[in-house]
Amino acid sequence: MMTSITPLSANKPHLVVVGNGMVGHHFVEQIIAQGGHELFHIIVFGEEPHLAYDRVHLSEYFTGKGAADLAMTDGSLYDDNGVRYFTNSLVTQIDRAAKLLVLKNGETLSYDKLVLATGSYPFVPPIPGHKRNNTFVYRTLEDLDAIRNCAKTVTRGTVVGGGLLGLEAANALKNLGLETSVVEFAPRLMPVQLDEKGGSVLKGMIEGLDVKVYTDTATQDIVDGETAFHRMNFADGTHLETDLILFSAGIRPQDALAKQSGLEAGERGGITINNHCQTSDEDIYSIGECALWNGRIYGLVAPGYTMAKAAVGHLLGTESVSFTGADMSTKLKLLGCDVGSVGDAHAQTQGSKVFVYQDEISQSYRKMVVSEDGKKLLGAVLVGDNSYYDTLLQYYLNAIDLPEQAQSLILPAMDGAPAALGVDALPATASICSCHNVSKQDISDAVCNGALSVGDVKGVTKAATGCGGCTALLKKVVDNELLALGVEVSTDICEHFTYTRQDLYNMVKIEEIKSFASLLEKHGKGHGCEICKPVVGSILASVWNDYVLKKEHISLQDTNDRFLANMQKDGTYSIVPRIPGGEITPDRLIVLGEVAKEYALYTKVTGGQRIDLFGATLAQLPEIWEKLISAGFETGQAYGKSLRTVKSCVGSTWCRYGVNDSMKMAIDLENRYKGLRSPHKIKFAVSGCTRECAEAQSKDIGVIATEGGWNLYVCGNGGMKPRHGDLFATDLDDETLVKYIDRVLMFYTKTADRLQRTSVWMDGLEGGLAYLKEVVINDKLGLCDELEERMQHVVNTFQCEWKTTLEDPEALKTFRQFVNYEGVDTNVVFVEERNQMRPATDLEKQQLIAKAG
Amino acid sequence: MTMQWKLVCKQSDLVVDAGVAAMVNGEQIALFYVPESENKVFAIGNWDPIGKANVLSRGLVAHLQDEWVVASPLYKQHFVLSSGRCLEEDINVPHWSAKLEGDGIYVACN
Repeated sequence: MMTSITPLSANKPHLVVVGNGMVGHHFVEQIIAQGGHELFHIIVFGEEPHLAYDRVHLSEYFTGKGAADLAMTDGSLYDDNGVRYFTNSLVTQIDRAAKLLVLKNGETLSYDKLVLATGSYPFVPPIPGHKRNNTFVYRTLEDLDAIRNCAKTVTRGTVVGGGLLGLEAANALKNLGLETSVVEFAPRLMPVQLDEKGGSVLKGMIEGLDVKVYTDTATQDIVDGETAFHRMNFADGTHLETDLILFSAGIRPQDALAKQSGLEAGERGGITINNHCQTSDEDIYSIGECALWNGRIYGLVAPGYTMAKAAVGHLLGTESVSFTGADMSTKLKLLGCDVGSVGDAHAQTQGSKVFVYQDEISQSYRKMVVSEDGKKLLGAVLVGDNSYYDTLLQYYLNAIDLPEQAQSLILPAMDGAPAALGVDALPATASICSCHNVSKQDISDAVCNGALSVGDVKGVTKAATGCGGCTALLKKVVDNELLALGVEVSTDICEHFTYTRQDLYNMVKIEEIKSFASLLEKHGKGHGCEICKPVVGSILASVWNDYVLKKEHISLQDTNDRFLANMQKDGTYSIVPRIPGGEITPDRLIVLGEVAKEYALYTKVTGGQRIDLFGATLAQLPEIWEKLISAGFETGQAYGKSLRTVKSCVGSTWCRYGVNDSMKMAIDLENRYKGLRSPHKIKFAVSGCTRECAEAQSKDIGVIATEGGWNLYVCGNGGMKPRHGDLFATDLDDETLVKYIDRVLMFYTKTADRLQRTSVWMDGLEGGLAYLKEVVINDKLGLCDELEERMQHVVNTFQCEWKTTLEDPEALKTFRQFVNYEGVDTNVVFVEERNQMRPATDLEKQQLIAKAG
Repeated sequence: MTMQWKLVCKQSDLVVDAGVAAMVNGEQIALFYVPESENKVFAIGNWDPIGKANVLSRGLVAHLQDEWVVASPLYKQHFVLSSGRCLEEDINVPHWSAKLEGDGIYVACN
């Protein structure tokens, strides 16, 4: 007995999408963006329990990311646009004559147009014993859950397959703490992307990381082991004992449904499509890894996205894009090793010539394949250093004539930077971001329409928001376009200093400048303004950490720093005492209540787990602080561009899920970094487990407890432009965690622009997250000692600014409401609302005056 | 109506390169002490007509386009210290002549 899924509306044709992986989801996104949901009733079936998630970053599931982080949609995009979706739903049959789909549970649905985005499945070689317990594949979140569970109880893991995905899986096993081996049938690793030499250099690098690599090795069977769960017997008579086996021997197109319904398919699998991604049945499209175009399967996400766009264009009749193949060049980091492959990496083109560079000391290998006349780049292989990749890729993709000394493109430059291709040499059609198919022309258009920064261009074009590999190139193109437009990209902070904030920081530090006056005298002109004064005030505080209301600094401080409180709209102030980690004793809580009552202050709990007292006049600030300090409070620096708060959960102290003492860590971090003046405000959070109740991933510095220590996230941002923090390092001990935070914060303080939050700083950092890791973890710039010393200086010289102020009669004088009169500002008027005071509105003030008059 | 110099406070009540508030004839005045300027002291109204609060004395003193100005602490518009003119909006705040004599600060009023 078949039931059928009732459509929402009978008057629109049904467009059914089978498969909800990255490409299937991209198709839905694109068709909604172009208004296709108005024309079609769209229904989506996904076999997995989750809606689409980011499979490209699947391995991050083992390094702290949860299913929600990897999710590409929470379903709201579908719900808001009338797209119906069914997860855990396997389509088993297509009746093309009746235009009907049959699901595994027997339900049916009629379709008018059908899109097959069924993806691929992992190929498991039919080795006897391949179905034993403790054998896995690496494709879905469920696979990873199973691997993780197994890894908890065993010590040795082996990956069968030394290709791209196999090495990524090996890295995952290593991260799970297993002794890891890789077994590859071919004579070298990554046989598709690398040549023999490149493969052997990579093998050496990976073995240097304690991963055993067996190439040219065929597994005959898998049986019970003697010292481990399995024994893998090899064709050459040797064997390997291992507890867990992960098959990663390639992918096969998921084309069973298409074959069952008689759609044309390739001999070795794949659903045959044309340039519009139509199959042999014009009402059925196929996109992604299940599709076969011109005899090729494209196992990368970018071509799949292009197919999705082509199918959408054809369905809606706009035909804006067609699919005519894709470049399979790729650059990645495998087990921390740079690997890149461009075009004809194996020099199979007739008459091609090769340049090779190898450096056995730094373990790097580079090869260029050029045309017979030496004019064009046909392909390249890179192992050990991907900084050459962007330039080579552009030469290849755009068939740009090679320079006179073509080999310079892979030779190490004498100044340490590889020869870069001037971006003005790129044609307008050059693809800058292949994930989102953004050309140089698109970027140029965005700049012409007013996007004047890398951040703006990212927002408008989506360039560099996919894998992020093109960030550096994007920045070059944007700068170049601005230059071409004659937009002067002035980095001067104001008319008084023709320098960047970073320049000023360096001058202050290196020349040991201690005041605004002497910096202005040496390097500036005029008398300063509200731009440069606070910047220099902040830099002086970051470097020397003087009391900010010192005579020579007081006139530099902006609105809130000037009076160590937060000015509100009526000119009164709010006060935020520090409550480290949000932990407060009942006695202190009572003090806050009593002080607030005495001065009739409006009280509110802030988002940062502190208490804000509003409505204090200038003259009341010292009195109130006198009381707070004697009760043991200190300033919370809510007024400063400095550390505000470290949000926390109660962690293992109270919570039944907590795996570490997040409360103590939050308090320690807050006490360490309080008082650091930085380019902008900084917020932290510490969560005691992966449930992430403290929302650490939305903070500048986020710390999440794991079974193995702490995961550190950096450069997140709530506020106007939310940005999730990037996972920076995993399973750190307390000491390393603090060390890394010291370095990240000080590097930010040293190099960021004025009023630039860490998230924007990170987005503009050439080389992005990878570069920051190089600087902070591997000490690429040799700065780490200095960064730590500077931070230690700030920590050692902390003072409660309010305590200092109360002891300084000169500073206290500036808190008088009037210099010659003891009265109050009669324009400050409060009315009562919800049992507390609030500022009166203009209208209320007029009514009160009329009454009084 | 003759203008008279009224002693408002001492030089030591002022803050270098910044402002303080004073009450003169029932009116709130923002007094600025800028030693590098020709006039040394300036007096404008303390009322910020855009932010609608008595706060101009608490703004940051800046030197822009050859004028000494104060940036309002609320929304950062600039008011010229010698004339009360706003640089961004077509609006003025009152201003008074002021002088530093001996260690006294004087403001000219009716």
